[in-house]
Amino acid sequence: MSTATLERKPLTKKELAADHPTWCPGCGDFSVLALYFKLIEKRGIWHEKITTVAGIGCSSRFPYFVQAHGAHFIHGRALPFASGISLSRPDLHVCVFGGDGDAFSIGGNHFSHTARKNIKMTYVVMDNWVYGLTKKQTSPTSPIGFKSKTDAWGALDQPINPIKQAIAAGATFVARTTHTNPNHVLQMMEAAMDHDGFSFIQCLSECVEFYEGAFDASNPRKGGSFNLVPPDHDVTDEGAAYKIAGEPFPGKFGIIYKSTRPTKNANEAKINSDAQAKMKGLKDWQILQKNFDRLK
Amino acid sequence: MSEASSSTSLTPRETGPASKVREAVIRIAGNSQDGIQAIGGFLARLAGRSEQEVMTFMTIPSTISGGPSIFQVRIGSGEVLSAGDDADVLLAFYQHSYDSHIGFLKKGGIVLYDTGHVVANPDRETEYRHVGVPISGLTIESIGGTAKDKGKNIFSLGLIARMYDLDAPKLERLILERFAGKDTSIATTALTAFHAGYGFQIDNILQTFQFVESEKKDGQQVVTNGNEALTFGLIAAGVRFGAGYPITPWSDIMESLRRELPKYGGTFVQCEDELAAVSMAIGGSYAGRVSVTGSSGPGISLKTEAIGWAVMAEMPLVVVDVQRGGPSTGMPTNVEQSDLNIACFGGHGDSPRVVIAPANVEDCFYTAIEAVNIARKYSVPVILLTDQAIASRIEAFKMPDLEKVVQDISPDFTPRIDHKPYDLSAADGVTRHLAPGTRVESGKYPVVTGLEHDELGHPTGSPVLHTKMIAKRRKKLQTLAAELPVPKVFGAPEGNVLLVGWGSSQGPLREAVEQARAAGDSVSSLHIRHLNPLPNGLEKIFDGFNHVFVVELNDEGLYGYGQLAGLLRARYADARIGGINKADGLTWKVREILQQVKDKTAAR
Ligand SMILES: Cc1ncc(C[n+]2csc(CCOP(=O)(O)OP(=O)(O)O)c2C)c(N)n1
Ligand code: SF4
Ligand SMILES: [Mg+2]
Repeated sequence: MSTATLERKPLTKKELAADHPTWCPGCGDFSVLALYFKLIEKRGIWHEKITTVAGIGCSSRFPYFVQAHGAHFIHGRALPFASGISLSRPDLHVCVFGGDGDAFSIGGNHFSHTARKNIKMTYVVMDNWVYGLTKKQTSPTSPIGFKSKTDAWGALDQPINPIKQAIAAGATFVARTTHTNPNHVLQMMEAAMDHDGFSFIQCLSECVEFYEGAFDASNPRKGGSFNLVPPDHDVTDEGAAYKIAGEPFPGKFGIIYKSTRPTKNANEAKINSDAQAKMKGLKDWQILQKNFDRLK
Repeated sequence: MSEASSSTSLTPRETGPASKVREAVIRIAGNSQDGIQAIGGFLARLAGRSEQEVMTFMTIPSTISGGPSIFQVRIGSGEVLSAGDDADVLLAFYQHSYDSHIGFLKKGGIVLYDTGHVVANPDRETEYRHVGVPISGLTIESIGGTAKDKGKNIFSLGLIARMYDLDAPKLERLILERFAGKDTSIATTALTAFHAGYGFQIDNILQTFQFVESEKKDGQQVVTNGNEALTFGLIAAGVRFGAGYPITPWSDIMESLRRELPKYGGTFVQCEDELAAVSMAIGGSYAGRVSVTGSSGPGISLKTEAIGWAVMAEMPLVVVDVQRGGPSTGMPTNVEQSDLNIACFGGHGDSPRVVIAPANVEDCFYTAIEAVNIARKYSVPVILLTDQAIASRIEAFKMPDLEKVVQDISPDFTPRIDHKPYDLSAADGVTRHLAPGTRVESGKYPVVTGLEHDELGHPTGSPVLHTKMIAKRRKKLQTLAAELPVPKVFGAPEGNVLLVGWGSSQGPLREAVEQARAAGDSVSSLHIRHLNPLPNGLEKIFDGFNHVFVVELNDEGLYGYGQLAGLLRARYADARIGGINKADGLTWKVREILQQVKDKTAAR
């Protein structure tokens, strides 16, 4: 898991915090960041083994705030970028953060395909039901009726249900949490990190600037209710998971679906070990020589 | 010796049963499912094994169900620079093959046709030597009937082998190798068909030919096409990760990488689209080892945003663009050199990147290695611009010394005390990224980003930093330009006309120069492999000529010159630079180049 040496103490927020976040005061994204630090501390992961990847959006600024290797890629394409890392570097923890527009609109295709391929990484979507960075346009998760700059009369289009979409696409770990319940966020992040495969967390994260109060109904401190997935829910039962995912807001929080399926990482590794066994320890140039000999 | 043969272009050099020839251009015309590429492939491989030079040219229909298709192979005991303007022999399987291709024969050339499908045109019989052979009938007779006339390609190979007195045992070996690993009955059937064709004794009807002994080549020859040479070049360069999305003619490369890389512990991923493919390859590069993506036509357009990121983040990357006819879906199985602009400038903002183009099949191998090394050395995306013609044509070249050439580019994870990826004070001005997994003792870790950034990769809106970083990204390519070799003029270094070419047109241009000089015209050529940045010093070469024509397989554009000519005019503000262009989807015929030289010089 890490190249821990004895004299290295687990990293704390002090060593992990990089740039001061540029988020608006009160933005839900702060708590996700704080819990990421907690996760790294708790798991004793060293800086160099963490790779934080994001696309574009307020939430996607994440990598700048983490003192570790990181990449701030282009809008919607964080998942394929992260897949490139994951598939070539089994020694790293690849964690991807982003927003709902990044994930389900411009990056929607990649969401489905990364899930179906079960590429090992953790993906936290900080869903605020709005485009934050570009200042309040309708997002693919905005509920019908939400008044945005692009839908002054209220959003018209059916929002997508990220949990259903993840299950349908073949994600092997699907969880739902909210920034107002830090313990639960951490719990979900830990479970996601332990999962061998593509682990997806939808984390409600309020945009106080452009969608204040969006998630009040899920926050007991605002008179809402935070309900866990019932303990008797069979997380491997796709139909049951679908049902939970379809409940009206605020719905249930926790791990909604989980299954075991070989990761692409493992499948590719198997192809490689078989292919390499056939090469019987030949050097790279000797393997290529075999191909050239065929061209004589 | 028959009367007709004395008028063929395969001028006999001595009397006897077989006349000696230095080269032969054979055009095989049929439908794509007839396996005509296989005949051409066998001939090309045989030529390679016989130390001859060889070049092929083919057209393929873009539909799966097939359709008319040709394969032309030119074999020479001396230098072969192009696939040949006109053919010595046409092998026609169908009436449409006969009708559409007989005009491509040289005066007095030979047409071998299948009497089962073709009725000869009496008007043509006086122009060309007609030899009718019941190809499909005899094939079915020899190997048993199949509805699709399978095997007539190998039967025809036997005919040609007899006609050119080719080394039949060597061909038999090639046939056996080709079907090795398959059901033995397949190889046996193929040999039976071959023997039937060879046994037809075409020499009773037709005077036969024999190649003069070719000059001894140093070392073993290999025979392959540009896409395969390029694939092997990437592997030799140490590329072990890549991602792509299928599109013709790029797909061959991704399919081979997918198949081959696991042997080396590498992986190639078929992605959901080109946006994912380029992003995944960049992720692979970031993870520590230059990775590859590629495409053709519209797929290249889709990759431009991410390439811009790689320029900004200064991330090494190799993007293969196998050009085809555009714009949009265009002409998927035809050649064009119309992606130079998108390769050099595709994307928003000032985003300098490197563009290089291989000149022939052998060069595809070495240019792939060069692309990887430039990407690493300058931390920059490199676009490797090949095209459909070079991708599919077959040439023979010297076996590379793989033990020397194959390189190890594994990442270096040595811990650092401190690290600034975008260090403005770096002596060479080039960014060096640390692969994730590398420890930095100072505890300050780099972020790679597409936002304008400071030296550690953190975002900045500072006008001063933006100016400095833009200059940094530009200057490293100016350094590269200064290191590039100045290309050498082919032909006299001074004279009347200089033909400037790039990519797959090198051979036809050189042949044009040779023909023009033989006719007493002062024509030379210059081939540019490094297109962005251009090497320095080209202006001195141009100064030696009255006319500079850039010969390109693209449209003459709004102002009368093509894409490279536009770059050169912008760079040198030299009004002598003009264009010789065509965009018909086919490679240059030498005759077409020379005709345009004549017309354009006369018009000036
Ligand atoms: C190709 C491209 N299109 C559009 C944009 C502009 N853009 C930046 S972020 C964003 C939406 C962000 O919304 P979301 O992903 O929900 O993130 P949030 O800001 O809400 O965290 C858009 C449209 C861009 N950067 N790139
Ligand atoms: S605009 Fe919204 S999402 Fe963006 S930082 Fe501010 S509160 Fe957070
Ligand atoms: Mg959002």
